[in-house]
Formats: sequence, C-alpha cells, structure tokens
Amino acid sequence: MLGTYLPIMLLILVSLAFGLGSVVFSSLIGQKKFSKVKMAPYECGCEPIGTARERFPIKFYLIAMLFILFDIEAVFLYPWAILYKKLGVFGLVEMGLFVVILFVGYIYVWKKGALEWE
Amino acid sequence: MGIEILGLPLYYYIAMVAKVLIAFVFVLLTVAYATYAERKIIGWMQVRIGPNRTGPMGLLQPIADGLKLFFKEEIIPAEANKFAFLLAPLVALIPAFITFAVIPFGDTIKIFGYDVPLQIVGYYDAGVGKVVDMNVGVLYVLAMSSLGVYGIVLAGWASNSKYSLIGGLRSSAQMISYELAAGLAIIPVFMLVESLSLQEIIKAQAGMKWFIWNSPMTFVAGMIFYVATLAEVNRTPFDLPEAETELVSGFCTEYSSMKYAMFFMAEYANMVTVSAVMVTLFLGGWDGPFVSAIPWLSPLYFIAKVYFLMFLAMWIRATLPRYRYDQLMHLGWKVMLPTTLALIVVTAVAGHFGFYTFSGLFGN
Repeated sequence: MLGTYLPIMLLILVSLAFGLGSVVFSSLIGQKKFSKVKMAPYECGCEPIGTARERFPIKFYLIAMLFILFDIEAVFLYPWAILYKKLGVFGLVEMGLFVVILFVGYIYVWKKGALEWE
Repeated sequence: MGIEILGLPLYYYIAMVAKVLIAFVFVLLTVAYATYAERKIIGWMQVRIGPNRTGPMGLLQPIADGLKLFFKEEIIPAEANKFAFLLAPLVALIPAFITFAVIPFGDTIKIFGYDVPLQIVGYYDAGVGKVVDMNVGVLYVLAMSSLGVYGIVLAGWASNSKYSLIGGLRSSAQMISYELAAGLAIIPVFMLVESLSLQEIIKAQAGMKWFIWNSPMTFVAGMIFYVATLAEVNRTPFDLPEAETELVSGFCTEYSSMKYAMFFMAEYANMVTVSAVMVTLFLGGWDGPFVSAIPWLSPLYFIAKVYFLMFLAMWIRATLPRYRYDQLMHLGWKVMLPTTLALIVVTAVAGHFGFYTFSGLFGN
C-alpha cells in the first residue's frame, strides 16, 4: 500500500515545488508598472462594458448534470467489466438490463432536446 | 539490502526518488521541445521554415521562450478574485504532471543487481516475487485527468473577464463530455484483461498482440479513445476553449508571465500523458520486437510510441479546421456515447460466445 502511494506524494511535492517556485520567482524578477487601464479586464481595447459575473446559458449547467448521471453509470460498468468473464450469463443479462435502462434514459434526454445546441 | 524503512528496503527509496525525478524531467523536457516541434512541424507542413534564429535550427527556442516569460510583468486584473486567480494555474499544472506516476514506461530492468520496474508507483516485492503496482491504475488516470478541469473553470471564473468566462465554460463542458466517451471507450479493454492495473494490461498485450489490432472491438475503442482524448486536452480540431478568432485566448486571456506559461505547459503535459495512456492501453505499452531479450529497449519503444502519437496530434492540427460548438457537442453526445455503449454490448456478447481477440480465435 505504502509502496505504491508514497511515490505519488513525492511527485505531487515535486510538481508543487516547481509550480510555486516558478510563479514566485517570476513575480520577483518581473517588472511592475501598474496602471488602472492595464488592470482592467481585456475587451479588445475598449472600455469594459458591465461585469463578467453575468448569467450564462443554462445549457452548460445541463451538460454538467447529464455528465454526472452518465459518469456514475460508467463507474458502475467498471467493476462489472473486471468480473465479466467470471460472472457468465448472469452478469451478461444483468448488465444488459442496466445498459437498456441507461439507453432509455439517454433517448429520453435526446428527445427532450437536452443535447441540442442552436 | 539489509536496511529497511517502514517495511520497504532502502534501495526502494533510492529507486523511487530516481524514477520520480527522471519522469518529471522527461515530461518537462518533452513539453518544452513539443512546443518547438509543433512550430517546426506545422511550419514545414505549411511550407514555412518555423523558428530558426535561436541556436542551431532554432533548437534553443523553448529556452528563450521560457526565459522571456520569466521576465514578463505579472498582471492580476483589478476585479479578479485574487486567490482563485493565483490558484488556477497550479490546479491545472499539477494533475497534468502527476498522472504520469502510474504509467509503466519500461519493463523491469536490473540496475546494480536490483530489479527495478520502470513505473513510478511500481516496485519489485521480493516477498511475493513479482512487481507490485497500483491495482486501480486506470481509475487514477481518469481521476487526475478530471482534476484538470477545475484549473480551467477556476481560471475562467476568477479572471472576471467575459472572454475568460466563456472560454472556461466551453472548455469544462467539452472536457466532461469527452471524458465520458473516453471513460466508456476503455471498458472493452478491461473486459479482455480483467484488471485495472496498467502492468496487467501491458502483460496481456505482450508479444505484439496489441489491442489496436488484436480485436475489432478494441480497435474501435482505441479510435474513439484517441479522438476523445484529443478533445479532452483541447487539441485541434477541438480547440474551441481558446479559439483565438472568437475568444482571444479563452480561459487564459487575462494571464501573463509564468502563470500563462503554466497553462501552456499543462496543456502539453496533458498531451504527453494522454498519448502515454493511449500507448499503454492500446499500443502495447513498452512492448516491441526483441524486448524480452533486451529489456533496455522497452523505454525506447515507449518513448517512440508516445512521440509518434504526439506527432499525429500535431499533424491533425495542421490538417483539420476547428469544429463548431454544436458539432462538437453533437459528436460527443450523439455519436461517441451511443457508439461506446453499443461497443460494450457487442464486446460482452461476442466474448460470451468465445470471441475475445484474433489471437485467441486462432489458438494460443
């Protein structure tokens, strides 16, 4: 257990040190001449109009919800895939039912127009 | 031998530190020179010369770029959320680098009389008498590649700029959509191997029985996986998050200096990693001719395959135009998702009637 997770900790430390180090180092040696205009958000050289904290299309939210649903279904398929040869006909039928239910849900989502982008 | 710390021999720790440093430097150098190679290759493909001023044939270009970015002014927009703005590049960069930990980049080789498997998380257990590696390696890869999305969403939101926000939203929606397809496309491989350990997956493909040609199901799975990973790392033709003609630079519009470079490095490191995962799952990992006789060839084969896939990604960038956003979502949700589900069903049914692989079909 320890033998497999210890190197990952070390790699995280190395990459964290590299990332933090380069950010801190570059902010130390980079020049600093601040002005109000330079600190404004970029909008092609014009004065920024309004704020960026605006409403955004609901579609993105919908995609995230669908992702969670289907990703959890995918996670259920993983243990089955590992044991699939051992489970035989039982596993095949069970997972067939599962995929059919998943597919019905998928077709419902499609027919409802959740996957359409105009 | 003799000395043990926390139940592991001393040489394990030495090998661990060496492997971590070698892999980190390898990824870092590959990232640096991938930027150069990309400019050069696309230059040639467009009948240009590409960078040729710094050093012989422009070979010092990545170093010059890096130094330049180091000395650039660091701008944090006045209205940005400072903490999230500073955190985002780190959140994008670290998962990109640590995914490499589970990927076996070579066979077990003998160094000074010790068996050292060329995989960061792997080690030779003398008690069991075989190589122990992470038994959920593939899950680790998927988990880490999902973490990269956080960096991009944070960057897009924290910048408080409209281009960044739209870029971040597009990117996150695209990445999670294709992550689904990629996650489902590798299931046929697990069904054949019956394990999530990457060492086991490579062992199952030993002797040139690579999954890309050993079974029609894994061939289709490999193709879908490659396209999905291109989309996941925001490569052309799926580079909408930073579509410069419409979004300036997408989620990293407001970033400058080293923080911008970190997003850039994360993108290329992700490219290295997904190429390595593709090689491991479908192209036999470090397997190749004569590898059982000369184990030292295995890392060379691995590197050659990874570089080939990266070259392919650059080639695709030079060839194909960018997708439109609705086409992108259409491909991900209406083509790839049902295809992968159907593929799993086909693999299961075919396997039930005894057809797993071509080599399994013709004996052995």
